[in-house]
This record gives sequence, structure tokens and C-alpha cells, in this order.
Amino acid sequence: MSLLSKFEPLRAAHSRLTKRGHDPFSVVFEEMVSSTEGIMQGRRTVLLGTNNYLGLTFDEACIEQSVEATRRHGTGTTGSRVANGSYDGHKRLEADLAAFYGRKHAMVFSTGYQANLGMLSTLVGKNDHLIIDADSHASIYDGSRLGHAPVVRFHHNDPEDLAKRLRRIEKESGDKLVVVEGIYSMLGDSAPLKEIAAVKREYGAYLIVDEAHSMGVLGERGRGLAEAAGVEADVDFIIGTFSKSLGSVGGFCVSDMEGFEILRLACRPYMFTASLPPAVIASTRQALATLQGESGLRAQLRSNADQLYSGLARLGFKLGPEASPIVSVILSDADKAVAFWNGLLERGLYLNLALPPATPNSSAFLRSSVSARHTPEQIDFAVRLMGELGRQLGLLEAMPTEVGFAARGKVPRAAAVSDG
Amino acid sequence: MMDVTHNVRAAIQEALQSILERPVELEPEMNIVADFGMDSMAIMDFCMALEDRFDVSIPLDKMAEIESVQDLSRTIETLLAKG
Ligand SMILES: Cc1ncc(COP(=O)(O)O)c(C=O)c1O
Repeated sequence: MSLLSKFEPLRAAHSRLTKRGHDPFSVVFEEMVSSTEGIMQGRRTVLLGTNNYLGLTFDEACIEQSVEATRRHGTGTTGSRVANGSYDGHKRLEADLAAFYGRKHAMVFSTGYQANLGMLSTLVGKNDHLIIDADSHASIYDGSRLGHAPVVRFHHNDPEDLAKRLRRIEKESGDKLVVVEGIYSMLGDSAPLKEIAAVKREYGAYLIVDEAHSMGVLGERGRGLAEAAGVEADVDFIIGTFSKSLGSVGGFCVSDMEGFEILRLACRPYMFTASLPPAVIASTRQALATLQGESGLRAQLRSNADQLYSGLARLGFKLGPEASPIVSVILSDADKAVAFWNGLLERGLYLNLALPPATPNSSAFLRSSVSARHTPEQIDFAVRLMGELGRQLGLLEAMPTEVGFAARGKVPRAAAVSDG
Repeated sequence: MMDVTHNVRAAIQEALQSILERPVELEPEMNIVADFGMDSMAIMDFCMALEDRFDVSIPLDKMAEIESVQDLSRTIETLLAKG
């Protein structure tokens, strides 16, 4: 017996997995060639699983700003903003974010994970109630646990179940805070936000939308699902990350709520960790400006996502319920999913492997995320490779047919999403 | 109270059978994790089926404390008594 012996089952599962090829959780790229290609074991590999939605990691202007900021302000802040003070860049980035969302307040965190930890654990106290979507990201679950409010889950994307859960606590005192995501990271589906906002209003609850995967992706101005669904006024807090469409690292929350600024002295995941370094702040500010200035990137992203989604649907793969920059192939056989993932990587295509228990209904996913910077040729390469290998492994029945394409309309929800 | 307990037990058994897709014999002291091989997500989803069945919400902190079949049925009974 050792301290770590409780991890034996996990270790055993992991070693069974790695015996069959690469370790999907420890892939190493020797080099990044661009926002869509890396070198792995000497081989050029197309990156189709890096959440780099706008491909801004190699944007010239972002790199310039970042280098310049490092030269002027140094490599790190060496502490939290509460202790060491803020740099001018932190304040400016917060002002930029508030302006982008048309809100009064913005608060920057060191990661999106910490933004969720911070907001969820601080906004509600032990006499309040937190109601989260069952398919929420780990950071939402962890933020829920860090705080003191009782936490209840509602069925994924089910406004009626949300209403039911709010009704059950209608008579109880305390505030009610509902948390949903703009685009869910596993299957790429969006919350039915109009309906959820209506429920929220009916029961006098507050609403948080985590736009981690939808910022820069949805909405006319790229603000996310709340903008796309036309319900921004009903969303009390928007949480987001810099690590996806903005190509850096960090997280934020914006809000119009009066008194918001006091959270800087109450929110521990904001107070007790080092603030973001100048290089990150500078590239993020530039990326946010680019996101706003170049709406063509969003159009390109959508077109790339459609190309991948329809290409894979045509081959007969079972996919998530809607075309979005997250396109997941749903497989019922985890062993085959592992073989598929390994085969693709060996042939120069990287995407994410998601296995139970992280996935609903003991299914396994090959999750891809599309970038505006992918070329049509790269996406075509991915579709062809997945088709070839899918047929070899018996994941696809026969040659692509028009019937397979017609089935696309039916792939949706019931088949794809966990319904408990 | 006996009736409620009986109903809750029966519902737990039914929900378990439908998730595991096989008949199960239930003993109060059975451990839900060890005896039925459910991971944390599976347990949450299993609880959700029971929440729907009894029209209650089991908060996650209460769910985390549940180990045995008896813990689970008591948690639900307490919520029913409150509601
Ligand atoms: C929905 C959601 N929220 C938050 C995060 C955390 O973001 P970050 O990578 O900035 O910590 C992620 C991504 O990992 C996410 O998918």
C-alpha cells in the first residue's frame, strides 16, 4: 500500500490504453509549424483538435505585441494583482473586454478554469442555490464544489427540467444561479438559450453563460451564444477564456451588475494566484481587436466547420447534433475508437480522443475542432483519411452513399446526447 | 414510512436494472460503487433517473456521501419527507 495505490484502477486502465499505441493524453509535438500544423516524431501533422478557432496563435500582430510587451514590461508579474498591483495592460484588457461585450465591468483571471472556480464559488453562498447543466465542463463542476451553495444538475439542454428544478426550490430562500455553456465542448451543441432565459426570468434566477467555445465563433460580432440567441440582457454574467479563439491563455467574467468590483476582494481564485504576464495580456488585446476587425475569420470558420461536418456525415459517421467548430464522431466501441485515433495520428492527423467516463452513455468520441486557418485541402485530407481508415476498421459500412448523406438530418440529439 | 421505503427500494432496483441491463438482487448494505461498478458520472446519471421518478433534486454534496443502497434510499426519503 502506498499513498498512490488508490490510483491502481486508473493506472491499469491507462496502461491498457497505451499498450495499444500512443498515449492520447501525453502527445508531444516537437515543433509547431503554424496554427494548423505541428511536427510529431518528425512527421508533419495536421492539428484538428486544438480549439484554435480563429488560428491566431501565429498571428503576426499578436506576436509583435507580445514580444514588445515582454521587452517593455518583463516576463512575468511575479504575483497577484491584489498583492503586487496591476499593470496598465491588465486594466486596459478589462476595459477592452467590457467594451466588446457592452458591459460595465470585466475581471480577468489567469485561466478560464479559474474564472469558473472563482465566479461559481463566490457568487453563491451557503443559503443560495446553484443549478448547472449535467454536461457542464469540469471547471464548472469544480467551481461548484469549491463554494458552499447546494448544487443541483438539470438534464442537458432541457429548459423544462431546469424549470422543474427551480420550482422545487421556489419557496426556499436565497438566490438561484443557473449555469450553462455557449457551445458544449464534447459534442459541439449549443444551449437552447432563449428558452433557458425565459425560465430564468420566470423564476427570478440569475444566469451565467460560459462562452469558452462560442466567443469569436457565434453571434454577429462574435460575442457568443447570448448574442446569437438575442438574449444578452438576460445573461447576468458571461464567462470566457483566452485559450481558444484568442490563442493565448487566461479567463474573464463580464457583467453589468452593480457592485461587481467588490468581487476582486472576495474571489479567492482571483486573489491568490499570479496575474497574467505582459506577453499574454498584449497578445490577447491584439487578438480581441482582430476578432472584432476581421469578421471574415468567423465566416471562414463556419464554412470550414460545415465542410468537415457534411463531409463526415456523408461518409456515414454518427456525429454531434449540429455543425459547429467542434465536430465529434461518436463511436460505440471504445477499443475501435482507440485504434482509429492511433491510425489517424500515424497518418498525420491529430484530434482528441474522449473515452468513458468522460463521455455519456459509455460511448467514445473522436473530437475535432476546426480553425478558420485550416485550408479546404487540410479538411479534405482529414475527411478522406477518416473515411479510408473508418472503412478499414469496420466503423463505416460500405462506400459512401447518398443514403448516408440523407441520414444527416436524423443524426441529431436523441442519438447523440446523454439523456441520463 | 415502511411503504415509502419499500417504494424507494423498488424504484432503485428498477433504475439499476435498466442501467445495468440485467436483473439485480438488492441488499440495503450493498455498495453502489463497488458492487455495481459505477463511476462517478454513472452514479450521477443514475441518481438523475431517481430524481425524475420521485420529483426531487438530490444536491451533489449529498450525492457524494452516498455509498450504499440504504444511504441512497434514506437520502430520497428525507427529501420526500421535506417536500
Ligand atoms: C466550457 C469550458 N469552460 C472553461 C474552460 C477552461 O478554460 P481554460 O483552458 O482557459 O482554463 C474550458 C476549456 O478547457 C471549457 O471547455
